Amino acid sequence: MEIKILGMGCPNCKELERRVRKVLDEMGVAASVEKATDIKKILEFKIMSTPGLVVDGRVVSSGRLPSPDEIKDWLRGAAA
Amino acid sequence: MSPSSRGILRLVLTLGGAAAWILIYLNLHAFSLWFTYRLLGLAEGRHLSSAVEFFVFEAPKVLLLLAVVVFGVGIVRSFFTPEHTRRLLAGRREAVGNGLASLLGVVTPFCSCSAVPLFIGFVTSGVPLGVTFSFLISAPMVNEVALVLLFGLFGWKVAALYAGTGLLIAFFAGWVIGRLRLERWVEPWVLELTQPREGSADEREPRIIWKDRVRFGLDAVKDIVGRVWPFVLGGIAVGAAIHGYVPQNFMASIMGRSAWWAVPLAVLFGIPMYSNAAGIIPIVQALLGKGAALGTVLAFMMSVIGLSFPEMVILRKVLKVPLLVVFASVVGIGIMIVGYIFNAVL
Repeated sequence: MEIKILGMGCPNCKELERRVRKVLDEMGVAASVEKATDIKKILEFKIMSTPGLVVDGRVVSSGRLPSPDEIKDWLRGAAA
Repeated sequence: MSPSSRGILRLVLTLGGAAAWILIYLNLHAFSLWFTYRLLGLAEGRHLSSAVEFFVFEAPKVLLLLAVVVFGVGIVRSFFTPEHTRRLLAGRREAVGNGLASLLGVVTPFCSCSAVPLFIGFVTSGVPLGVTFSFLISAPMVNEVALVLLFGLFGWKVAALYAGTGLLIAFFAGWVIGRLRLERWVEPWVLELTQPREGSADEREPRIIWKDRVRFGLDAVKDIVGRVWPFVLGGIAVGAAIHGYVPQNFMASIMGRSAWWAVPLAVLFGIPMYSNAAGIIPIVQALLGKGAALGTVLAFMMSVIGLSFPEMVILRKVLKVPLLVVFASVVGIGIMIVGYIFNAVL
C-alpha cells in the first residue's frame, strides 16, 4: 500500500501523518508513507485544501483532519 | 451496538445536550450571584465581588455561545467545500463576484495554510484575480470566534460593525486589486497551469448525509473550542479585572480618539503580529478598558487577524512581491478608513 500525505507543513498535516502511522501500527500493515510538501506535487492531485490523504493514488480526504476510525476504514479498504 | 440503537443513543444525547445548554444558559446570572455572594460570601459593592461576579457569569456564557456558534458554522460549512465555492465564483464578473466571494469567504472552510492551493485552484479555473482576493481577505478576517467574543463582551452592535466592515473591506479591496489588473505579478508558472480541471476533484466529492454534517459540527467544536478556551478565559479574566477595578485612562492619551496617528500606527503594529481571533480579544479588552478608542482597537484587531506576515510568506510562492505589497496596502488602507469612521461616529 502506498500512502501520501499532502501538505506544506501545517500543524494539521503533521497530525494527519501521526494518525496514519498510528493506525498502520495498530493494523500491523506494511505500507510506505510519503509526505508531499512541494506545492506542484500537491497540485498534481488537484486538491484545493490541505491536508490531503492519498491511498494508492486515490485522494480519500482533503481539507480536514479525518478521525482515526475513518483512516482505518480507508486503509482497510485498500489493504483488502 | 447495532447501528439503529447507536442512532437512537445519538439522538438522545443531542436532545439532552440541547436541553442542558438552554437550562444552564438561562440560569447563569442566578448562578453567578449565588456563587459570588452565597458560596464565597463576598460583600456586595466591592471591586473584588463585582469582578468575580462578572467572570463567573461571562466565562460560561461566552463558552456556551462559542460552542453553539462554532457548531452551527461547522454545519453550514459542510455545505460549502472549496470546490463548490470555486464553481460558484468561476467566470463571475467584478463587483457581483467580489460581493459573492466576500460572503463565501465566511462560510467556506479555510485555513491560511491552504491559501496557496486554494489560490491556484481559483485562478486557474477562471475566478478573476480580484474576486479571489475578496475571498482570501474575508476568509480569515470575518471570523466566527471573534464575532461571538465581540458579541458576548461588547454587545451585538460592535459584533455587527465588525462583521459588516470586514465584508466591506474584503469587497472593496478585492475590487480595487481587480481593477488594477495585476495579473503580471502572479508567478507565471501558476497561470501556465490553466487547464480545465472539471472532472477531477469535483467528481470525487463524496455524498454527505446529515449525520456527517452533525459530526463536522461536533468536530469543529472539539477542535476550535478545545484550542481557544484558554484565550477566552484569559480575555474574560482581563475583562473582569477591568470591570471590578476602576480603569486608569492610561491608553486614552495614546490610543484615544483625539490622536489621529493612532489608527495607522495600530494597523502597522498589527501586521507582524499574528494571532488567532481568540488570542487577540484579551488585548482588545484591555485596550478598550484603559480608554483606547473603539475604532483604533478594531483597526488593530482586523490588522492582526486579516493581515498576517506568515500568510504573506506563504502567498509569496504564487505572488510576486509588488502584488503582496499592493494587497497589504489596499487592505491596510481599508482597515484604517474603518478605524477613522468608527472613531468619528461613535
